[in-house]
Amino acid sequence: MTQSEIDAIVKQYGGKESAILAILQDVQAKERYLPKETLEYISEKMHIPMTAIFRIATFYNALSIKPRGRHKVDVCLGTACHVRGGNKIMDKLERDLGISVGETTKDKRFTLELVRCVGCCSLGPVAVVDGEVCGRLTQDKMPSILKEFK
Amino acid sequence: MKIQTKADLEKMREVGLKTLYPGTTKISVGMATCGLSTGAGKVYEAIKKEVEKGKLPIRLSQTGCIGFCQREPVVDILEPGKPRIFYQGVTPERSAELVHQWLENKVVEDLLLCKMEREDWIVDGKAKDYSILQSPSGVDGTPLYHQVPFYGKQLKIALRNCGFINPDSIEEYVARGGYFSLCKALFDMKPEGIIEEVKRSGLRGRGGAGFPTGSKWDSCRRAKGDRKFILCNADEGDPGAYMDRSVLEGDPHSVIEGMIIGAYAIGAREGFIYVRDEYPLAIQKLRIALAEAEKVGLLGENILGSGFSLKINLFRGGGAFVCGESTALMASIEGNVGEPRAKHIHTTESGLWDKPSNLNNVETWNNVPIIISRGADWYSKIGTEGSKGTKVFSVVGKVNNTGLVEVPMGITLREIVYDVGGGVPEGKKFKAVQTGGPSGGCIPESLLNLPVDFDRLTEVGSMMGSGGMIVMDESTCMVDVAKYFMNFLKDESCGKCTSCREGTKRMHEILTEITEGRGTIDHIALLEELGWVTAEASLCQLGGTAPNPVLSTIRYFREEYEEHIIHKRCPAKVCRALLKYRILSDVCTSCGRCAKVCPVEAITGKQRTKKDKGKPFKIDVKKCIKCGMCLEACKFKAVEVE
Repeated sequence: MTQSEIDAIVKQYGGKESAILAILQDVQAKERYLPKETLEYISEKMHIPMTAIFRIATFYNALSIKPRGRHKVDVCLGTACHVRGGNKIMDKLERDLGISVGETTKDKRFTLELVRCVGCCSLGPVAVVDGEVCGRLTQDKMPSILKEFK
Repeated sequence: MKIQTKADLEKMREVGLKTLYPGTTKISVGMATCGLSTGAGKVYEAIKKEVEKGKLPIRLSQTGCIGFCQREPVVDILEPGKPRIFYQGVTPERSAELVHQWLENKVVEDLLLCKMEREDWIVDGKAKDYSILQSPSGVDGTPLYHQVPFYGKQLKIALRNCGFINPDSIEEYVARGGYFSLCKALFDMKPEGIIEEVKRSGLRGRGGAGFPTGSKWDSCRRAKGDRKFILCNADEGDPGAYMDRSVLEGDPHSVIEGMIIGAYAIGAREGFIYVRDEYPLAIQKLRIALAEAEKVGLLGENILGSGFSLKINLFRGGGAFVCGESTALMASIEGNVGEPRAKHIHTTESGLWDKPSNLNNVETWNNVPIIISRGADWYSKIGTEGSKGTKVFSVVGKVNNTGLVEVPMGITLREIVYDVGGGVPEGKKFKAVQTGGPSGGCIPESLLNLPVDFDRLTEVGSMMGSGGMIVMDESTCMVDVAKYFMNFLKDESCGKCTSCREGTKRMHEILTEITEGRGTIDHIALLEELGWVTAEASLCQLGGTAPNPVLSTIRYFREEYEEHIIHKRCPAKVCRALLKYRILSDVCTSCGRCAKVCPVEAITGKQRTKKDKGKPFKIDVKKCIKCGMCLEACKFKAVEVE
């Protein structure tokens, strides 16, 4: 991300310190994660100590300081999904992708994360791939769903 | 058009009525998140293609969710002179059939959900009648909307518009009585009068704690300070509850109208709606609604020419459960991490940026316009002595009809689970219903006749919470459920208080020991003690209520804990470390499906061919990782778990 792109985002929020979460979310929407250099630039530009920015970036689940893959798979582990076997879906993905939750595959194709309820409880177990909600999942449905995402 | 008087609003109502009930056939597709995830978007496109291809005289529209999420995608067809017809489980492939049958005055019978002859406009207390004289052929045997067991006991106040209006159309919201309550509040009532009305209505906060809304408004109005804030908590974090998402996606203006009325009563000029990051569609719908309301002058400077102004900002959360707590939410808006603080001074006096702030949740705000339009006397007749009005529950988990259910307070849990929810599927036995999210508890079958209201749920060790109701059957392990919630809470604890940070972690560790067969009988007492300390010594209600899932399951399902500890058995067959998978050789047909799906090649045998009967398959318990793939794959129920 270029400095002028970051400047544009900061400007959009009037440079307000209180908008730091929104600014980081917008940066992440473009970069898929929050690179250290970008955070340092924002820190300097907005006169917010790097420690404070780092604290925000690591507090909120939506933000990530680790690079993510091209596609993000969020397995829902809300209560309704849990009682309907959401953890089996998670286990299946961990096995198939060869990574643990929170990690990214070596080919940078998938990042596997968990989300605590996307509010699609009646269709559980549910996973969200790149923002697309897939419901009524079973373990054997997973490979064909992932195939769509290159 | 700019709305400056009530007459202007009436004009807008006419515009909205024309799109709501056009003189021609109208097809609406439910396109909230639940609909979209089952393919409603493709259904919409398929119908659109059909209409455009044949240049058919049909209007196509989209709505929010009508509540019966299990049956999505739901499509309804409206034509003057006919009953309104609702279809369920529509697929893109069958969309064309649906359209063409209709043109021939026929319906697709196997997709019918119900027909409607009367649509309630609860804001005005009126109804829209549909003629059923010219019913298309094939609908006679279809139940009326109120005869469908799922809808029969429901009374829709909060969900009044969901599934009926296009959420992007402010005109359609106005057509069903929207923003007339705001008119009444601004021109016919004084702020004190509004607060009095809300107090008399008995409305209690729908976010969880059930604090009387009118009293909260009153203390915020009385608080000293020129700058006050009005806030909406749309950080619906309780897993298993999604009524706020549905309201925001299907009827965003109802929340905005409620907030404007509240702001006027309290004297706030600025507000925030704090929405969860996990609800992208709700955020999108709210953005559109806020912009529309501002454009027509119902929000912003000099609302309706009354001299009253209000700016509402949208704030997107960062995916932290604790931010649903009032002080954490405010800290988050201020640009800090969402950590709660002590509430010796109430947020109504010193909240956001230390100014008096009034926070209510989505469903609470959404109830306000109804109370203003129908009056406190009408509203307070619904519900029980201490809990007035209706409550939306998300009835999910091991239940036949899953979806959003809005019922008058005081209805029993049994009615919700069995009459509305249709009972437990696959003939399994009901075990418990979990209410109140991670702060709530599990209620056993012996208490199913409990009338649902704020106080009664608290009495039995659970709570109303935001309205999640997760039904559990005999195949749900209560110790595993307790472990699940503790895992959730230890991750979501902000870490400020030692009691919560360490207490949830230790409780999770102990529960893990028990579910993995290393539990001792002293663990139960230790859990109870730890639970007590965590609740007593934590600052906010995340920690304060954290032990509830553990304590309530010990209280009602102690024998299940003991079974895990003493006999190293999980009766529900959930706790993996205590399970063994095996194949019943006399049932096995040697089809070999199990061996094919087994990820660790733990299953061996000889597959049958045309010439050879093969040999039954076997599981090598040393290799087996207990993933359950073979159980899912076997069509002959030959895989047994013990």
